[in-house]
Amino acid sequence: MDGTASWIRGIAIVSVVGLLAACGNPSSSNENSGTNTASAPGITATTITIGSTQPLTGPAAPGYSEIAPASNAYFVYLNQHGGVFGRKILYEYFDDGYNPTNTASVTRKLILETKVFAMFSALGTPTHLAVVDYINSEKVPDLFVSTGCNCWNNVSKYPETFGWQPDYTIEGKILGQYIKQNLSGKKVGYFFQNDEFGLDGVKGLDDQLGASSVPSERRQNYVPTNTNVGNQIGALQASGAQVVVSYSIPAFTALALLSAAKLGYHPIWVVSSVGSDVTTLTGLLKAFSKGAVGGQLLGGMVTDAYLPLVGDSSNPWITLFKGIHDQVIPGLPWDGNVLYGMAQAYTLAQAFKAAGRNPTRSSFVKSLESGKLSNGPGLAPFGYSSDNHLGFLGVQVATIAADGTETTAGPVYTSSDSGPIAQYSGSASSPPANGIP
Amino acid sequence: MLAAQSRLGRLVSPTLRRHLLLALGAAVLLVLLSAQIGAYDDYNLTAVAIFVVAAAGLNLLTGLNGQLSLGHGALMAIGAYTASLLLKDYQLPVVVVLLASVLSTGLIGIVFGYAAARLRGPYLAGATLTLAVALPQVATRYKDIFGGESGLSVPPTQPPAWLGADFPPERWLAWIALAAAVVTIMLLANLLRSSTGRDFKAVRDNEAAAALAGINVARTHVLAFVISAACAGLAGALFAYWSGVTAPAGLGLGLSLQLVTAIVIGGLGSLAGAAWGSLVLVVVPALTGGMASTLNLPSAIANNLPLAIYGGILVIAMLVAPHGIQGALVRIFAIGRARWGHTPAAGQKGVVDWDDPAPDS
Repeated sequence: MDGTASWIRGIAIVSVVGLLAACGNPSSSNENSGTNTASAPGITATTITIGSTQPLTGPAAPGYSEIAPASNAYFVYLNQHGGVFGRKILYEYFDDGYNPTNTASVTRKLILETKVFAMFSALGTPTHLAVVDYINSEKVPDLFVSTGCNCWNNVSKYPETFGWQPDYTIEGKILGQYIKQNLSGKKVGYFFQNDEFGLDGVKGLDDQLGASSVPSERRQNYVPTNTNVGNQIGALQASGAQVVVSYSIPAFTALALLSAAKLGYHPIWVVSSVGSDVTTLTGLLKAFSKGAVGGQLLGGMVTDAYLPLVGDSSNPWITLFKGIHDQVIPGLPWDGNVLYGMAQAYTLAQAFKAAGRNPTRSSFVKSLESGKLSNGPGLAPFGYSSDNHLGFLGVQVATIAADGTETTAGPVYTSSDSGPIAQYSGSASSPPANGIP
Repeated sequence: MLAAQSRLGRLVSPTLRRHLLLALGAAVLLVLLSAQIGAYDDYNLTAVAIFVVAAAGLNLLTGLNGQLSLGHGALMAIGAYTASLLLKDYQLPVVVVLLASVLSTGLIGIVFGYAAARLRGPYLAGATLTLAVALPQVATRYKDIFGGESGLSVPPTQPPAWLGADFPPERWLAWIALAAAVVTIMLLANLLRSSTGRDFKAVRDNEAAAALAGINVARTHVLAFVISAACAGLAGALFAYWSGVTAPAGLGLGLSLQLVTAIVIGGLGSLAGAAWGSLVLVVVPALTGGMASTLNLPSAIANNLPLAIYGGILVIAMLVAPHGIQGALVRIFAIGRARWGHTPAAGQKGVVDWDDPAPDS
């Protein structure tokens, strides 16, 4: 027994080390004057508590772990400047490690124990799919899910759930249109995450490029639990693809670029906004290659944006958000993820402002559906209405130079999953003087 | 009349009677407890019960039969996918779903058990590890059936109408899981007191001696594996109800390692140890999980802090209580007995057997 027990114990200790490494009362919603009441669960006279599940650790953590701290930084700024109707926004976010089972558990903690008013910015398609039924059955507003899966726009099934970023199909269509117009005649291949994220994107691309123009050997996919993508990139190289559209999270964009570089394969990369943040990718490339290569691999990459570019210091939104970043979270890099988190927080503040002084959960959702929100920092308008819970309706294509500078190319286009692509004629807005809606 | 009584007495042995009474007592206490706590605590209590089922089964295999499995998470996955696939197409009562999962996982356990019976020590650990790593990939490969990375969603169990409209579904699920845990523990406790249980221990302690005593070593190994797999299958089906989704990421290697951790922390070879270990697995992460957003730390540290504290507690527990929590408790009782002058069951008065303070129970 003793011999057996000691080696079992030994393996258990190794296992633990391994685990570590894997390291109301009803009140009128339009009543803007008067006093604050505890109008809904999670709302008191002085505070609004919202919750989120985020990949602070695990495969999706690089880059994405900055989003919640960035949103929180904006709320800190907002609270310092008087909050919304005098209420401070308290943001409770928990790690789910991009693991749907953890998401299920942590979401119940937020709803049953913390008793949040709403879920906000919950990140990840597979993770959020695990809880979207539960959140809706509890009638908790499920705001601005941090993924572009078009599954969130399902008003009859998920009346409480609202998307925020452009859905992957719209994004795919606009990227596909760019390829058709600017890279015509080249063989196109896809590299995509084998879930709703990648498949919705491919749907949009196929809509523009034609499903038959991309044969199966030029459609390669990956799953986020397997970091070896050499086979797929090798197959794309062998198929002669000259343009590779990548629907990948940042870590897998970096892995794909490195695999291609190793094979001496240099296609034109077209990467969805989800996996193209320059700062995040440069860091990942350096880390994965142990410093051998860095941002130079990004030169020539085509991507898209629905927010102002991080490096555009002349843009007033960038000035506002970068100022908050420098003041509240100077320890995090100033990159697309931080911008994303702050812009999302700004949208939430707009939504609370629009919902009136003492909202209930249902009056809040109604207010959001009334379509009153301006696009704020967004380049395209929101799609929110009583029969549409899509967020931003469009994107603008951008290119990345070898030195990492991003430049937008062409106008902002808008679309829907099935409709045509249209050029957006609205002009960009500026933030209010004090930076709060 | 007397004859009938004695026949009944033979049918229900004193051991079974005692275990039945204990199980009934435990069930009443747990139901009372679940009604006192909030819905989220009920949800956590369900998790503890699920881990108890799986860890008790694993402890039978590892602690009592000496076979280490690093693949019990994969066996739970088989149970979870069985339940999810059944619930995708049919509306079935919980009991049917649970039994189907026990059966399917038990069957796979037979196949795997035959292979496992030929392997010893680290080779068996390696083979079961393969199962834990490979099986979740099946779900992503056959996406149309198993739903890929996003997995299959599992409809929640609704409490029956007679409990009232306000009865929290979390408490209902807790009752189901607790019932499963109590029944599992009772059956396993009976088994351990039987000749089969003694065979298990004999094989664990010395295979050659057990074979000489007429015990079929290979059959004992397979039987232990099958029973253990059936427990994992039951736990897996409950896990599917509990999380509301069956996805490969939640049923990977990490889960297998958690189960091994539970039995080592709780106490190898003891059913009570499986319960202690399961409690630690659920309570500690629940306590550390909220720290990331409450402490004012750089996010790189704060994000990883819950995991680090969790790991640290496990390492300290192993150092302080090498025989697990149950071993430590038995030792404390033994010291107490030695002090207060009771003669230990075996050995001299006042002498504590430090080397084997945790008798198999």
